[in-house]
Amino acid sequence: MSDAERPTDDHVPGAEDEEFEPVRVFPEAEEMDLRPGADNCYKCSTCDTNCPVAEVDDEFPGPKFQGPEQWRLKRQNDHDIDDSVMKCSNCMRCDSACPSEVPLSQMHNTARGEYVEENMDKRSREYVRNRILANYRRLAPLAAAFPRTANFVMGLSVTKWIGEKVLGITSERDFPEFATETFREWWTERGGAKIENPNKRVAYFHGCYANYNTPEVAKALVRVYEHFGYEVMVPDQDCSGTPMFANGMLEDARRAAETNVEELAAAIEDGADVVASCSSCSMSLRQEYPELFDFEDTEDVAANTWDAVEYLRVHEDLEAELEGTSLAGESFAYHAPCHSRNQGLDGQTIELMDAIDGVEAHDVGDSCSGISGTYGWKAEKYETSMKIGEEMFEHMAAADAERGLTECPTCSMQMEHGTGYEITHTLEVLEAALVGDADATERRQGAG
Amino acid sequence: MAIEDDVLVIGGGLAGATAALAAADAGRDVRVRLVTYKQSTLRHASGLIDVLGYAPASDGKAEGPLVDPFDALADLPEGHPYERVGSEAVREALAFFDDIAGDAYAGDHTDRNALVPTHRGTVKPTARYPVSTAEGLASDDRDALLVGFETLPDFEAPLAAAHLEAAGAPFSARGVTIPFPGIVRDDAKVTRYAHLLDRDETVTTGAGETGAREALATTVRQHLEGEPRVGFPAVLGDERAAEVRTALADALGADVFEVPMGPPSLPGIRLEDLLYGALEDAGVRVTSGVPVVDYEMADAAGAGSAGAGTAADGGGVGDRIDRVVVDRNGTEIPHRADQYVLATGGLVGKGVRSERERVFEPIFDCHVPHAEDRYDWFVDDVFGEQPYARFGLAPDRELRPLDARDEPEFANLRAAGAVLGGYDFAAEKSGGGVSLATGYVAGRRAAEEVDE
Ligand SMILES: Cc1cc2nc3c(=O)[nH]c(=O)nc-3n(C[C@H](O)[C@H](O)[C@H](O)COP(=O)(O)OP(=O)(O)OC[C@H]3O[C@@H](n4cnc5c(N)ncnc54)[C@H](O)[C@@H]3O)c2cc1C
Ligand code: SF4
Ligand code: SF4
Repeated sequence: MSDAERPTDDHVPGAEDEEFEPVRVFPEAEEMDLRPGADNCYKCSTCDTNCPVAEVDDEFPGPKFQGPEQWRLKRQNDHDIDDSVMKCSNCMRCDSACPSEVPLSQMHNTARGEYVEENMDKRSREYVRNRILANYRRLAPLAAAFPRTANFVMGLSVTKWIGEKVLGITSERDFPEFATETFREWWTERGGAKIENPNKRVAYFHGCYANYNTPEVAKALVRVYEHFGYEVMVPDQDCSGTPMFANGMLEDARRAAETNVEELAAAIEDGADVVASCSSCSMSLRQEYPELFDFEDTEDVAANTWDAVEYLRVHEDLEAELEGTSLAGESFAYHAPCHSRNQGLDGQTIELMDAIDGVEAHDVGDSCSGISGTYGWKAEKYETSMKIGEEMFEHMAAADAERGLTECPTCSMQMEHGTGYEITHTLEVLEAALVGDADATERRQGAG
Repeated sequence: MAIEDDVLVIGGGLAGATAALAAADAGRDVRVRLVTYKQSTLRHASGLIDVLGYAPASDGKAEGPLVDPFDALADLPEGHPYERVGSEAVREALAFFDDIAGDAYAGDHTDRNALVPTHRGTVKPTARYPVSTAEGLASDDRDALLVGFETLPDFEAPLAAAHLEAAGAPFSARGVTIPFPGIVRDDAKVTRYAHLLDRDETVTTGAGETGAREALATTVRQHLEGEPRVGFPAVLGDERAAEVRTALADALGADVFEVPMGPPSLPGIRLEDLLYGALEDAGVRVTSGVPVVDYEMADAAGAGSAGAGTAADGGGVGDRIDRVVVDRNGTEIPHRADQYVLATGGLVGKGVRSERERVFEPIFDCHVPHAEDRYDWFVDDVFGEQPYARFGLAPDRELRPLDARDEPEFANLRAAGAVLGGYDFAAEKSGGGVSLATGYVAGRRAAEEVDE
């Protein structure tokens, strides 16, 4: 607004709260009343300028349409949810963009849920494929039981060909490798926690990826926390639900969430705080659960869940502990995942890396990596996903670094895929600085 | 434990970013953090930095456009943010901005306002403008071709050109509307246009497949009648805007400029990127996406006490904020600093809120002067001076917000930008300048007090 117009007066949430009567729009979103949120939209389009998909895909109408505008259409007459909602990657950037507190991602999640429920053919290839991708957790145990076979089969070109032709899973990507020993197997083998401490207790939500694919991240968390004297609990758990939200599989997500809330609430009852090493998992427990579900204790779990690194920064003097540690000449290109950004955690890793002698970390900027969980795995989304990632790849290549660093498992796949860099998790660097080669130590202790 | 810093700036708009940069610049060892919630109004703003385009006049109407904003600063009413900080500080703040912006901005060669054509074909007096608009100034007497896009209705080039001529611009302007190669959707986002040009993506036109820049130049060339400069809506690239402009200028054999657009605005987004890049270079720690929701006061023993929300009554210079509470998706994270700067914006940025019965500042509940009766908050004449436009905190000359008895609310809290009252940025065209000047002074003073 460059001329004498005034910016739209705001609509302060809360001010009119007494007066509205709830209208139900998305039927399966039982307790949801999104009206005050939708009414807050004053069409400034800030959300649209933050949407990485709209930036590369002319055909995507953007978050403002997906959220408040579609909501209004729905209210007026018998509109179906627009199928473009399936193009949204659930990066949730629009959420933190909106200056007016419109709950965009909550609207997208519910709209996607309704779309899949009402408008998607349950026998269609797309539905089946999405369900498989979203429920990766269900397949993973099988693959993990025969990791070498699984890795071999997944790597076969014929498997990829079937993936692409039959299921619509892109053949451009390499399936993530399954670890030969899952984190939970290691944990049991190790005899669980090495430290008991009723006053300092955390319950670790490791999620699927750290369990099946990158147990080294989970082990790093355990060792770093034990270094600070914490008792680590590893409660039973299901998938966080993130891939299910993103695919509109709200019923699947609800089942997983119910287990998680129950188990984590019990741990909280035992005096633990919940920590997660994956930024999408913590986002899901903290924000999406309370937005979408109302199990008993949902709020309690959300309020007591932390990003694992953030927790140490607040409860311990992590930075002081890192001053004086050193690692031999490591330089990283750091990408802050969208779901870290949304939680205000995007600056944290750089701050900590700066404290370690010999470590340099360069932030590669605020672009989205583009993979967004299952999104970049879909054959029809692959190109969009890579276009979004282009800026990050370029910045990584330009950074003075040999390795990549991030906290999100799928971002790390994309970083590796686009640049060929090996990617590390912040917790692994902290482990190296604070604990050293713990694997060797544990092996020795185990032997002795 | 809390996250510890020396200066904590709350709010990451133009005012907050400037405050954080000024604080980092002032003290060698001052550790500065900026905590900001949603995106600031920078993304809506034109990217122009207005100091004062129109002066508030005694009859309630605005006076202007002003040729030299500095001439008018001395006559501003008491309580106006410029009156609070003084005109020397306004100059220093602009110089500080010029340093940060480097060659991305122009206008620093003179005190006088530049006249920038806007997307409606009006002419706006401004103090600093992005270089992308430099070739378009209305004081320049070269003829201009304005180019609009069919899919971007916010800029009607023929209409804007007619308005410019009617306003007496010293050149002739002509407007054409063309399709933008590679865009089909009629509500494609401005970032989509910018991305196409930034990446020079391959597009298909009647003439076959070419890069987007070349395709655009080819389409425009057919309409060029020897004009030495061509104006486009401000969508010419984001990260590589300069490169895009040069490529188009070379291909057209004419100078190329951007016409600032309504929100959302790429020049505003580029300014935001520039400021956040500067924050990173200055070592300011930035925490974004999370709001400050509460605070705790220091008691006599120096420890924190839960005094939230109760400070409004007992205010006085002695009261200090010990820590503020940041809400991270439901988890409350304490942040402690020695000095605080509040730059949370106005009614739009949500730094000041209104309910039926009252207008208030939501974090510290600082006093917001306003009439008891809500019917006195606005006047019926929509073009008249609106009291609500001036709502905001009333600070002392140190920019510490004052309570109802004119005492500072807290010893270690300063405020800057749109959260301040006493001015109407939309009517005066002073938004950017006030944010810069008050941000600069608040940040600098905060850092100096840490040093003491
Ligand atoms: C549509 C529009 C057009 C404009 N055009 C021009 C122009 O052409 N020229 C010009 O000079 N000026 C213009 N301005 C004005 C100028 O942009 C603003 O005056 C100035 O940017 C205000 O900056 P600010 O930093 O005070 O506030 P804002 O930009 O509003 O920033 C406030 C920030 O604080 C954050 N915040 C709020 N509450 C909290 C909290 N509790 N915790 C943490 N963070 C919080 C917000 O999320 C936001 O990021 C325009 C403004 C608007 C709205
Ligand atoms: S969640 Fe991400 S992809 Fe989806 S609409 Fe919002 S910004 Fe766009
Ligand atoms: S950012 Fe918020 S207010 Fe602006 S258009 Fe999007 S939803 Fe509406």
